[in-house]
Amino acid sequence: MKVTADIAKRIADLTKVIIPEAEMDAYLEHYNKVFDYADELQQLDTENVEPTVYILPIYNAFREDVALEGVSQEVALKDAPAVHNGGFKVPRVME
Amino acid sequence: MDLFKYTAHELHEKLVNKEITAVELVNSVYARIDEVEEQVNAYISMSKEEALAQAEKVDAKIAAGEAIAPLAGIPVVFKDNINITGQVTSCASKMLNGVSAIFDAHVTENLRKEDAVFLGKANMAEFSIGNTTDNSFFGAAHNPWNLNCVTGGCATAAAVAAGEAVWALASDTSGDLRQPAAYAGCVGLKPTYGRVSRLGLAAYASSMDQIGAVTKDVTDAATILNAICGKDDRDSTSWEVETPDFTQALVQDVKGLRIGVPKEYFGENVDAKIKAEVEKAIAQYKELGAEIVEVSLPHTKYAVRTFYVIANGEAGANFARYDGVRYGYRNMEAQSASDMTARSRNEGFGEEVKLRLLFGTHVLSKGYYENYYVRAMKVRTLIRNDFEEAFKQCDVLLTPTTPVLAEAYNTEMDAFAKYELDFTTVTANLAGLPAITVPCGMVDGMPVGMQLIGKVLDEATILKAAYTFEQATDFHKAMAPLGGNK
Amino acid sequence: MTKYTTVIGLEVHAELKTKSKAFCTCSAEFTNVPNTHVCPGCLGLPGTLPVLNKQVVEFAIRAGLAVNCEIQKYNKFDRKSYFYPDLCTNYQISQLDKPICLAGHIDINVDGEEKRIGVTRIHMEQDAGKLVHSGATISTSDFSAVDYNRAGVALIEIVSEPDMRSAEEARAYMENLKAILEYTDVCDCKMQEGSLRCDANVSIMPEGATEFGTRVEIKNLNSFRALVRAIEYEVERQKEVLEEGGRLIQETRTWDDANGVTLSMRNKETAEDYRYFPDADLVPVIIDDAWIERVRAELPELPAQRQARLMEQHGLPKYDASIIVSTKAMAEYFDEAVKTAKDAKGVSNWLLGDVSAYLNNEGITISEFKVTPAHLAELVNLTKDGVLSSKLAKKVFTEMLKEDKAPGALVKELGLEQVSDEGAIMKLVEETIAENPQSVADFKAGKDRAIGFLVGQIMKKSKGKANPGMVQKMLKEKMQ
Repeated sequence: MKVTADIAKRIADLTKVIIPEAEMDAYLEHYNKVFDYADELQQLDTENVEPTVYILPIYNAFREDVALEGVSQEVALKDAPAVHNGGFKVPRVME
Repeated sequence: MDLFKYTAHELHEKLVNKEITAVELVNSVYARIDEVEEQVNAYISMSKEEALAQAEKVDAKIAAGEAIAPLAGIPVVFKDNINITGQVTSCASKMLNGVSAIFDAHVTENLRKEDAVFLGKANMAEFSIGNTTDNSFFGAAHNPWNLNCVTGGCATAAAVAAGEAVWALASDTSGDLRQPAAYAGCVGLKPTYGRVSRLGLAAYASSMDQIGAVTKDVTDAATILNAICGKDDRDSTSWEVETPDFTQALVQDVKGLRIGVPKEYFGENVDAKIKAEVEKAIAQYKELGAEIVEVSLPHTKYAVRTFYVIANGEAGANFARYDGVRYGYRNMEAQSASDMTARSRNEGFGEEVKLRLLFGTHVLSKGYYENYYVRAMKVRTLIRNDFEEAFKQCDVLLTPTTPVLAEAYNTEMDAFAKYELDFTTVTANLAGLPAITVPCGMVDGMPVGMQLIGKVLDEATILKAAYTFEQATDFHKAMAPLGGNK
Repeated sequence: MTKYTTVIGLEVHAELKTKSKAFCTCSAEFTNVPNTHVCPGCLGLPGTLPVLNKQVVEFAIRAGLAVNCEIQKYNKFDRKSYFYPDLCTNYQISQLDKPICLAGHIDINVDGEEKRIGVTRIHMEQDAGKLVHSGATISTSDFSAVDYNRAGVALIEIVSEPDMRSAEEARAYMENLKAILEYTDVCDCKMQEGSLRCDANVSIMPEGATEFGTRVEIKNLNSFRALVRAIEYEVERQKEVLEEGGRLIQETRTWDDANGVTLSMRNKETAEDYRYFPDADLVPVIIDDAWIERVRAELPELPAQRQARLMEQHGLPKYDASIIVSTKAMAEYFDEAVKTAKDAKGVSNWLLGDVSAYLNNEGITISEFKVTPAHLAELVNLTKDGVLSSKLAKKVFTEMLKEDKAPGALVKELGLEQVSDEGAIMKLVEETIAENPQSVADFKAGKDRAIGFLVGQIMKKSKGKANPGMVQKMLKEKMQ
């Protein structure tokens, strides 16, 4: 198995989702199948191939340095789950 | 009068000739929605009051003798990942349920200028992930041709086919506009990447997302493309190119047109009955004077895998903003910010979305990036090169839009087999090419779509080819029966 | 005890002086009212897209040329992913493998020794928002509030080679870099306010070794003093660990200024995996030669050039010139003063001496200094012309700090003009000779020191106003 529980936990931590212990095995099974699926790309010789990073042949899409009115604090906080003194309130940052 | 049955251009004529009013039209469509929505479940939200106000404005213009735009007064449904100020953009996810947009998408602005009438928001696969809507937070949508069947990854075409909208605005990342259109007997147009601004479209895979139209015929598709395309300075990938009047392409003429038929799209993995219908269409083109050329796109079999790596990688970053801090779903019990974000995402996203994001994170992480993500970007180059080579021999490519018919909900299918259903459509996204699906036959009471893929920026040629075929056939006139059991 | 060599590299973040943010049209100006310089983009709402502010590129090129970098023609932007509440999309738009500037250098001078410090790269990126904690510190807070006003403000990160070998070299590099960023007008360089921030990578290795030791990154260095103290502390800490047979770990530490220590923040070995990849929402930036050359032609005079000019044009000693050019405001003050001053070195003496002392004492910069360059020049001229003795000049200067008046007017007001009238001085000379026969005898006996005492007595009688040169001359003549 390519993906172990340790790797999966590390990735879940980076992704900020949770894999419940009880579901780990089922999850790993699927996860390893996904890798097997993607691994078929390894068959191709891509040695001298340039990656497609951009699909369009365009560059230098700039805007001028002009500041425009944004949104009000009220609108900014409209959907905030919790608010404190005009800021988005979050639980303690240090664990 | 069942006004919901007509195309946009037919209704435009009726409005201009004062045979109908825009208010009558919008009422007719909402009456139809009342009638069939319970069966189809195509809608997530509706905005009847605003729609009526928009319609009244159009009627006032007509009454005052003012000229109206081609889409003025025509009711349209938006896929629920495109912003309309003041209306919720949910992406069919618990994560964004109830979060209303504070700015219009560029396409929305353009349609406002046209005085189009916004009906509401259509159901979809959660965040466009998956090729059915059964992971929608709002329940699955049903195909109006057979309510036991899927609609594909979005319910916009189901809405149009069921008469719940005259046309629909949708996004296409892997074929999630064209595939549902084909499953519902509609026309679906995905323009060239960069042709239509993505501003106001909740991103899935930034390098492949493109907004297009689902319509009842090719004329409507061309009319809508006229309205939504064009350079937008707020999207860096909006391409500054000439924007022709696409309705000029609506001529019946394929004489001498070189139509490429890629053999990889007619293999064993395509339903023989679908192949037969598409081959009939090819024969018809030949009769109409087109030249048929067999071509090869050898890397097609790697397309979905390539997409899977790139799109999930991009989505992994694009969806990172859904963290419970500023808007959307939050777990209120968590004691730390980090835990709050993890639990909010865990509870706010559906299972398939989570799996995709994990994989997306994985392929970008240390030790995997080069061998997966960079490799996929390289294979993407190979797939683009395939098209470049093919287009040396032909002007358009013709393929089945989908390898299978809209399957029944109870069909057992392996997850990876399901992914592979996108192979016919995803290549155009990987290469940034324009593509259109038009109905070309019926099998077992379900519509079959054929796809025309064009060269970069050459929407005109695929529109012309599609229009010529459509005018020579009657498939686009068929009405969905709303039969079968949900 | 083993002798160690210290190895230091600096990573400096400079907020660019653009009007709007890097990728959206919000104002980049500072404001205290939370979440008022925000838009859908810097709130990370779905459907928003970044569009690059051209001025960011312009400023990055300018800064790069000023530190002798090669400007890269092909630029792209990457996403750097990590979850933190102040980062509205949970990825930062930055440049990974195609930074805009490479291979530059800054020359420093520590204790008269010239040294060239390499600048590895400069890249463009965006700033994060700010967390306001409910308690005194991040770790004692139950909750925090996020303000996205700063989110998306344009930054350049300037990364040095690990070329510095002492805290003083690091300080000199940082001072020169700050001066360059000020001169080029790309950053307002307020370290206390965070518009210029510095992280230091510090390691030690046994003297003569070629392989660097384990590197520790120190954050939160928001003054030159903090930079020096933190490095000195950290070097000692690392030595102690090694001397006690311990092993250093690669980690990030924060400088606790109040307690004068560095504290561990998180373990770099396990925590960080930024998953950089190209941002498909943006397109490449291609900089042609014409653009680079235009910016080069428009570059203002830089600190090193200005130092050379001050030495050549005004005959200043190198030391004086280097101090004056170290801040743009000081250099401009000097240039303005010497327009009317008759003695450039005199202006320099004031700036390096009493003016600097006053500024340090008040904790202000020269931009906030109330005495105008023209008034300081006038003060220099009054001394040069013999109207004021240097002692009285200091007295006038003290008055100038109190009220905004020309020194000439103050001299009159206070009756401080130097007495150069021969008759008046002669009267004092004669009086003093009569009162101090012993000193006169000593002088005549060849004790030169006696004259100093007599001059002092005369100056005292004149309340310091007698022209000391004339006093000396006339006293000698009278006694011979």
